Amino acid sequence: MSQYRVSGRGRVDTARPVTFTFDGKSYRGAQGDTVASALLANGVHLMGRSFKYHRPRGAIAAGSEEPNALIGTRRGSGRFEPNTRATVQEIWDGLETNSQNKFPSLKFDVGAVNDAAYMLFSAGFYYKTFMWPRSFWDKVYEPFIRAAAGLGVSPIEEDPDTYASRNLHCDVLIVGAGPTGLAAARAAAVEGLRVVLVDENPEAGGTLLSEPQARIDGKAAWDWLAAELEALKALGVKIMTRTTAIAYYHQNMIGLVEKLTDHLPKLPADTPRERLWRVRSKQVVLAQGALEKPLVFHGNDRPGVMLAGSAQTFLNRYGVLVGKRPVILTSHDSAWYAAFDLQDAGAKVQAIVDTRADVDALLQSEARARGIAVKLSHTATATSGRLRVSSLRINPVAGGTVGAAQDIRCDAVLMSGGWTPSLHLFSHTKGSLTWDDDRTTFLPEKTPEDCVIAGASRGLWGIGAALADGAEKGRAVAEALGKTGAQVAYAIEADRPGTGVSHKELPTDLSAGKAKAFVDFQNDVTAKDLRLAVREGMRSIEHVKRYTTNGMATDQGKMSNINGLNIASDALGKKQPQVGLTTFRPPYTPTSFGAFAGYHRGEHFEVTRKTNIDSWAEAKGAVFEPVGQWRRARYFPKPGEDMDTAVRRECAATRASVGIFDASTLGKIEVVGPDAVEFMNRMYTNPWTKLAPGRCRYGLLLGDDGYIRDDGVIGRMTEDRFHVTTTTGGAARVLNMMEDYLQTEWSDLNVWLTSTTEHWSTVALNGPNAAKLLAPFVEGVELTEEAFPHMSCVECTVAGMPARLFRVSFTGEIGFEVNVPAHLGQKLWDILWEAGQQYGITAYGTETMHVLRAEKGYIIVGQDTDGTVTPYDAGMGWAVGKKKPDFVGMRGLARPDLQAKNRKQLVGLLTEDGSKLEEGAQIVFDPKQAIPMTMVGHVTSSYDVGTTDQPIALALVEGGHGKMGETVYIPMPDRTIAAKITATVFVDPENTRLKI
Amino acid sequence: MLLIHCPYCNETLPEVEFAYASEAHIARPTRPSETTDEDWAEFLFMRSNVKGPLYERWRHVHGCGRFFNAVRDTVTDKFLTTYKAGEPRPDLSSLTEGLK
Ligand SMILES: [Zn+2]
Repeated sequence: MSQYRVSGRGRVDTARPVTFTFDGKSYRGAQGDTVASALLANGVHLMGRSFKYHRPRGAIAAGSEEPNALIGTRRGSGRFEPNTRATVQEIWDGLETNSQNKFPSLKFDVGAVNDAAYMLFSAGFYYKTFMWPRSFWDKVYEPFIRAAAGLGVSPIEEDPDTYASRNLHCDVLIVGAGPTGLAAARAAAVEGLRVVLVDENPEAGGTLLSEPQARIDGKAAWDWLAAELEALKALGVKIMTRTTAIAYYHQNMIGLVEKLTDHLPKLPADTPRERLWRVRSKQVVLAQGALEKPLVFHGNDRPGVMLAGSAQTFLNRYGVLVGKRPVILTSHDSAWYAAFDLQDAGAKVQAIVDTRADVDALLQSEARARGIAVKLSHTATATSGRLRVSSLRINPVAGGTVGAAQDIRCDAVLMSGGWTPSLHLFSHTKGSLTWDDDRTTFLPEKTPEDCVIAGASRGLWGIGAALADGAEKGRAVAEALGKTGAQVAYAIEADRPGTGVSHKELPTDLSAGKAKAFVDFQNDVTAKDLRLAVREGMRSIEHVKRYTTNGMATDQGKMSNINGLNIASDALGKKQPQVGLTTFRPPYTPTSFGAFAGYHRGEHFEVTRKTNIDSWAEAKGAVFEPVGQWRRARYFPKPGEDMDTAVRRECAATRASVGIFDASTLGKIEVVGPDAVEFMNRMYTNPWTKLAPGRCRYGLLLGDDGYIRDDGVIGRMTEDRFHVTTTTGGAARVLNMMEDYLQTEWSDLNVWLTSTTEHWSTVALNGPNAAKLLAPFVEGVELTEEAFPHMSCVECTVAGMPARLFRVSFTGEIGFEVNVPAHLGQKLWDILWEAGQQYGITAYGTETMHVLRAEKGYIIVGQDTDGTVTPYDAGMGWAVGKKKPDFVGMRGLARPDLQAKNRKQLVGLLTEDGSKLEEGAQIVFDPKQAIPMTMVGHVTSSYDVGTTDQPIALALVEGGHGKMGETVYIPMPDRTIAAKITATVFVDPENTRLKI
Repeated sequence: MLLIHCPYCNETLPEVEFAYASEAHIARPTRPSETTDEDWAEFLFMRSNVKGPLYERWRHVHGCGRFFNAVRDTVTDKFLTTYKAGEPRPDLSSLTEGLK
């Protein structure tokens, strides 16, 4: 048996020893221990170093609110997690753990010099210290901040675990399986409601686990608990342990994270590590209890100083005495019971020091009966001991004066500053709070959700009150769900309700300026820091919080909020509700990224849309790029080719003979109906009435603000049917926009819209030999200049397949786009590929497509436009129907700013030195002007791998259309490049190559 | 995640099926070319940005595809009602009466 283990106490199984390591040293604990309880059983209090000052720290609490005892846990390769609370991590044989924030060792830490350099790190030190001199930034401040920032060390290996997620619907979700939650569960379950009861601990019971002395309905607390859990299961209650309610979202959706494997010595096959539950519950009962507050005094962070209620938990739940000679320091009755329990378990309690003058006589006589010295009206002013507390300095306080000090030798200080209701999830619901002067704390008031809060989380202390309130609230939610709801009463004996007072920092006779009286243990914020923040002008608690970082650590101020508020409001001379409380936000406790990501990782992160021809491209060694959710072949390198070489070859081959391109990803929308042409007239800038069936046209889509949104070739298949194409990424957006106008503005129009993107495979042939290659396969139309001129479309048969054939060109060469039913895409491709061999057919990807279109000055919406470009800016005024009464964007184009002279306009650029410009590079007129220069535009597209003699670029330049031939400058880090403004068409401006 | 009632499907469904579509009851002028710059700017840019009940549009994009209107309280994020496009604005006072 370990040194501090008490036989006959606790719920751990000492007959089943468990061996684990902490900082490389092997320790023995018992089945059911946490790392913290097992270390304490071995007399180890020192578990970590603090974040800012690297002060030695031990566990101060016994649960998930623990701010100090953060450890790294390891289970073989890839399974390392930092910042795990030692008070939560259960031990198993072989578990490896280590302490954090220490160098070189936990007992001797160089960073503790920060502690001596205290002045440097006081409130607002981030804002003050790292200001000056400027030259210190790169070499001194930034490396220092980077080294000091954050807790623990991030894992670097890929996480081999899996994470799951599920949905759950129920009538009543109860958060917290203490007496309140148990009673609420029974009240709802007996009414036949579907009840889910969750608790973050490995077992249900809450306070009952720490208070075995209580008797409920004549049974010892633990016997009652065991029987009650069985009874609830029999009633159909789903009880989930190791399950934290991390967040309360809208309309009673609660996020739960269930930990499934972190406590197991062997990982079961096919079991996720954690499971995120999205619960939608008709009613929610919050029964999360209350959290104990520390007292704020100099040295209150020394290992061995801990919360009295937690010491009681370590004893009663884990069978561990946290000290053999503890001293109690309290402002609340509850710590007296901790004293009694420890004394009865064999500890020698040195004294009960209470800040209050007036304490329940019954408690005092119980203390006397046990021979424990009682000191009322006392303050604590210091602790001593290097890595573990060895004495507590106390002073009497009379009439506001602190008297002579006295040292009490001890090996633990068990403190209690009273209790704070756990209002985190209630706050997530946007529930309002009200200040309670008696309890010196905020209590829940109203919430917009279908939610009740019960027990200690609304300020009711004691098991009896918890059971009664839980039963009442359970009955109330059952009633809200249409049940009658029966009254249930519980008979309680040996209950320990109590009262207390809440303090700011305790009075002292020592220099307050030198006091390290911690408020926020995880962020190392002291009472002095808070007062300094107020002195320096912070008035709102939100400002005080950010200036001092109080409550901003991973524990979100579970222990520090009210103490911080008490001190800040004292410093401001205002009442607490006037100073206010900061907002709690999800998650309740730190949550793994894995739990949030769930299944959405690796290939499941996002869907990958593939065309029918995708596997051919893959077999040909294509390099792919994502476009929207599509993966598109970017280029097809031959052995030894890099991208530039491959693209240069693809471009040249297409201009010389014929290239084949998979254009299936183009968005396609079928616009059909008697009013289809009128709809197109209103939607697109172009006039459509006179477009004959069998002809197509380049269409430009604007927003009502007059800016370009999308473009594409649109074919009129028949009088009442348009085949609209959109950009690859814009299809869904365009359809949504069309639906919006059709449904809500022009409900007079008789039109149907259908997304046909995935109904068609589209194979594009481009090049001087395109018609020659395709013609033998086409039935129903002659591919001659006369019968099927440029910008024609027809329904026909291609290689025996039903097809929509378009004669269009995005390259400046003779071009066709053959649409066949999607599943026939590869078949068509194979036939054309085979027949194309005589012409040296070349497959090209999106990169070549981009280069060839840029050489012809065809824009790519989103690359050459940015949401502020009009058709006129883009040099496409010809696409705007001037005689139409209206179209989307027409009125917008008439806005004065869009008519302004010096708008940025799309032009071509040719560099004087023949170098390639960088896309996105800024343009200036005068390269000699002072920095910051006046920027007049930017490069939108730039290529040096095409078929032109020199690199080409497209750019938006202020007043560019009126500056043909003028020189602009592109300043780069190493030099300034001069470029001449040109037209946007670099190849075949007369379009002679389009002719068959 | 919000639950939203589609007045066309007549079902209350998770938010992921829907897409927000800006403020409701802002009709596009029937003859835009005859509007003044001021009126056009009012239509194009100005939104009420209320703190409280807001008339807004949603689209059941992964369901029936219809645009519909809703009244949602921007403070509590609660939907007070949803109704079909083209129906008149519901009276606010009748909607807010029964609220907690
Ligand atoms: Zn619907």
